[in-house]
Amino acid sequence: MAAINRDDVAHLARLAHIEMSAQELDRMAGELAVIVDSVKSVSEAAGDDVPATSHPIPLTNVFREDVVGHTFSAEQALSGAPDSDDNRFKVPAILDEA
Amino acid sequence: MTEQNITAEGLIRLSAAGLAEKLRAGEVTAVEATQAHLDRIAAVDGGERGVNAFLHVNAEEALAVAAEVDAIRAAGGAEAEALHYLAGVPIAVKDLIVTVGQPTTAGSKILEGWHSPYDATVVERLRAAKMPILGKTNLDEFAMGSSTEHSAYGPTRNPWDLDRIPGGSGGGSAAAVAAFEAPLALGTDTGGSIRQPGAVTGTVGVKPTYGSVSRYGAIAMASSLDQIGPVTRTVLDSALLHQVIGGHDPRDSTSLPEPLADLVAAAKTGSVQGLRIGIIKELHGEGYQAGVENRFNESLELLKEAGAEIVEVSCPNFQYALGAYYLIMPSEASSNLAKFDGVRYGLRVLPEEGPMTIERVMGATRAAGFGDEVKRRIILGTYALSAGYYDAYYGSAQKVRTLVQRDFDAAFAKADVLISPTAPTTAFRLGEKLDDPLAMYLNDVATIPANLAGVPGLSLPGGLADEDGLPVGIQLLAPAREDARLYRVGAVLESLLEAKWGGPLLAQAPHLAAAPALEAQEAK
Amino acid sequence: MSTDTILSFEEAMEKYDPVLGFEVHVELNTKTKMFSSAPNVFGDEPNTNVNEVDLGMPGVLPVVNKTAIESSIKIGLALNCKIAETCRFARKQYFYPDTPKNFQTSQYDEPIAYDGYLDIELEDGTVFRVEIERAHMEEDAGKLTHMGGATGRIQGADFSLVDYNRAGVPLVEIVTKPIEGAGSRAPELAKAYVAAVREIVKNLGVSDARMERGNVRCDANVSLRPHGRERFGIRSETKNVNSLRAVEHAVRYEIQRHAAVLDAGEPVIQETRHWHEDTRTTTSGRAKSDADDYRYFPEPDLVPMVASREWVEELRATLPEPPAERRKRLKADWGYSDLEFRDVVNAGVLDEIEETISAGASASVARKWWMGEIVGRAKAADVDPGHLGVQPATIVELAKMVEDGKINNKMASQVLDGVLAGEGTPEEIVEKRGLAVVSDDGPLLEAIDAALAAQPDVADKIRGGKVQAIGAIVGGVMKATRGQADAGRVRELILEKLGVTA
Repeated sequence: MAAINRDDVAHLARLAHIEMSAQELDRMAGELAVIVDSVKSVSEAAGDDVPATSHPIPLTNVFREDVVGHTFSAEQALSGAPDSDDNRFKVPAILDEA
Repeated sequence: MTEQNITAEGLIRLSAAGLAEKLRAGEVTAVEATQAHLDRIAAVDGGERGVNAFLHVNAEEALAVAAEVDAIRAAGGAEAEALHYLAGVPIAVKDLIVTVGQPTTAGSKILEGWHSPYDATVVERLRAAKMPILGKTNLDEFAMGSSTEHSAYGPTRNPWDLDRIPGGSGGGSAAAVAAFEAPLALGTDTGGSIRQPGAVTGTVGVKPTYGSVSRYGAIAMASSLDQIGPVTRTVLDSALLHQVIGGHDPRDSTSLPEPLADLVAAAKTGSVQGLRIGIIKELHGEGYQAGVENRFNESLELLKEAGAEIVEVSCPNFQYALGAYYLIMPSEASSNLAKFDGVRYGLRVLPEEGPMTIERVMGATRAAGFGDEVKRRIILGTYALSAGYYDAYYGSAQKVRTLVQRDFDAAFAKADVLISPTAPTTAFRLGEKLDDPLAMYLNDVATIPANLAGVPGLSLPGGLADEDGLPVGIQLLAPAREDARLYRVGAVLESLLEAKWGGPLLAQAPHLAAAPALEAQEAK
Repeated sequence: MSTDTILSFEEAMEKYDPVLGFEVHVELNTKTKMFSSAPNVFGDEPNTNVNEVDLGMPGVLPVVNKTAIESSIKIGLALNCKIAETCRFARKQYFYPDTPKNFQTSQYDEPIAYDGYLDIELEDGTVFRVEIERAHMEEDAGKLTHMGGATGRIQGADFSLVDYNRAGVPLVEIVTKPIEGAGSRAPELAKAYVAAVREIVKNLGVSDARMERGNVRCDANVSLRPHGRERFGIRSETKNVNSLRAVEHAVRYEIQRHAAVLDAGEPVIQETRHWHEDTRTTTSGRAKSDADDYRYFPEPDLVPMVASREWVEELRATLPEPPAERRKRLKADWGYSDLEFRDVVNAGVLDEIEETISAGASASVARKWWMGEIVGRAKAADVDPGHLGVQPATIVELAKMVEDGKINNKMASQVLDGVLAGEGTPEEIVEKRGLAVVSDDGPLLEAIDAALAAQPDVADKIRGGKVQAIGAIVGGVMKATRGQADAGRVRELILEKLGVTA
């Protein structure tokens, strides 16, 4: 596990869709390095024979019957939208092919 | 004060159970009780040095619900008989829990002004019990913090000392209850956000068994750790509130199908005779403030005198718990918070320069809408889940979870209930740890293991630390689904401590004796 | 719009060996969505088939639709897959405005079904086995409409509008293992494979399987390698090829395009390609990059699924006969030739003929009616033959009337028109339209006399032994009787009259 540097943070910020200034990237890299260092013992704590626990209280097969429940009106659905048009959410152009 | 002529000052100091009895007896009305709390909020919460426990006060609706309860009671008959025991007892709700008719912000700018079109399951249950909702309480943004200083709407102050933190993330709920602004509140606990604020404000807080209270409508931080629970001034009140909000919910896939044992009855058992209470070796001593240790040892003595058997247990893997928590929590949070992107609800911020694409609008919105601590955790979580690091970080942390569970299993083989201080220190000063994330994270060292393993935990006031006169919290832990044990032991310890102090600990709070004291403080 | 150089298909095949792979997304026809109780309905007003879960509101949690699980297991079984004893959902994380949570809840390393196969019958009867790697569950995204700009495409749009009605619709994604050895039949195999998957899910009743509505969507992977080389070439993935014809064309085009790239000594770029139906070409989409870090992790809001053997066997017992086996059985039962049967299958009237036979018609009569009469009418009306409104009982009744000599085939066709026009039962229409075979020879003989008199030269030819000329006289008689005569009887009477034996 290499130390986390500014380029790493820039990459992570892109993945997480948070724009960050150069100054922020530097500061975050410093803080994360400390935190990552403090948690590194975790990777050595458990051997391969230890199973992972993803749910603290194990349950299985929790299903819902296929029965229609409530829906919103378009007005309700869009009530908190920053922008909308023609009963749909409006977003700026998507540049998929970037 | 007399029973027949209770003052507003007296009303707000009643426990929820005490208030419920007076409402049932017709000695006060729900409207009077609700108004008294609204008046208290108006008196102590606002202003430059106000407690700032509330982000939103819901006076009109709360009074309407109270009036409805009064009308039903006045009419008598079957409907009055069917009223819930806590009907008319007001409550505050952490602003991480969605409510129709009031804003929900999660303490974040990114949700400023947002109104949920649906109610959380626990809110539905409060409404069904006809409990007036006083408003929404302050918190660290998205519940990320241990001091409530990370709220985008300013910190909450500790009613014991307005220059100190009320704990976090649920500092608002704990402070509201400690400052007699509400008899009851709801919190959420992912790593200690109910229990640690309870400890530093001298109140009672419970993190129920994972899955025993529905998470539907609690804005998720870390799905596998989050749990809604009660924030109160007495153990019995927590049991009463836990029973209102608990029980299976088909909308939460992790909700336990079977109900818990009767928690209120457990709080009234009145005995710890023969119970084995285990001291967790790793959760006291070094790193814990001396005054915290003293109060902790005092509680052990009281329990021993009451007939409990004190045993020592060891949980060696707890040393990895904090690290595992600070991998799992940010990982899940980074994913849960992806939905806040300026498309469907909440804030949208346009980039100041450059192309106006949706990618950039999302990036600018999240940059402006999230505070530093939230960004820190999102980046950390993104890192822990990213290609090439998953096994070392998230994967390893999930294994540590297994080890922590095994430690608990071994400990509960020797003890019926485990005990520790809730937090290593009393309330620290506002700003003291704000620039040191790691020091802030260490506040949760004793509370985190319960979240990793899903077991229930209760914090109750254990007295005041010798060095600073601030409240100390005692944490009780029980096996999963055995929440009743916490209420049984908690209620006994509470009564032993109150007998020793000559009344509730909060009666000793310097600024809380009466509202004018707070106002005087504010005027300074 | 494409400027790609391509090689001819034949030349590409001479030089290279294609390897295919398919990801077919099947939308299940459950009543509700994968994780929410909002209705799974196509075509409603935007953002009305949604609740807080589908919109990814703060605080919401998913709950798995049991019917969707059962449908997925059925698909797995129909594809000869193993069903996982336990499996989970994971979160696939990427930001896109049609994805309300900015992650897709999908199965990742624990698919519900894996290791299956499907035997695909090609047009000439060759059977080709396609190995199935996995079938896993996931949720669909919302629908984006790109506004402004000239093309309605994503490029050049001013803004986009999002409708989340489709968000959360249950999908099963069926992924093949690399398909080798198809050679020049690769395009045909591609079409046949997708057709087979579509037929299977339709037959199971778990999907409406309408490709034009996106119920079945295909991503086609193509790579080429020189003949004799084992290692695969670099593949392209052509997204959302949404008709059977397009699948065939897209695979063919990509083979030709790859071949040209390789021929020029250049590397094929691993990328997604977009299919354009108008030009029958693909264009470059997004290249695979480091940004494709989906940060999968087990969905913490859902618990594992355990498919017990009992449950799986219970579901297996409900499976209908597989389409291929059924076809084999029906062909043998009905005694159709290969050609006849293939025509019936291609016309899409297998079910209808089966129903007609079980209503009492013979196999040949049923085929004659559906293929000879109904398919053409359906084509003219632009509907599926099965949706034209012809009842099997009607066909049986018409066939009986012909057999009994009450009407001839031409009349029967007219009666069918009447039935479709809503004029009543066949019996009523025969009555109303005055359609009945004229079996009394009297009027016929009159008509024959008239016809012979009108064409004396033809009559002479017949007398002279040129019996094949009789058609002109028969035609005249039929015309005179407005088609109500029995042509066979007319022929007999003419020959009798002229003293000629045929």
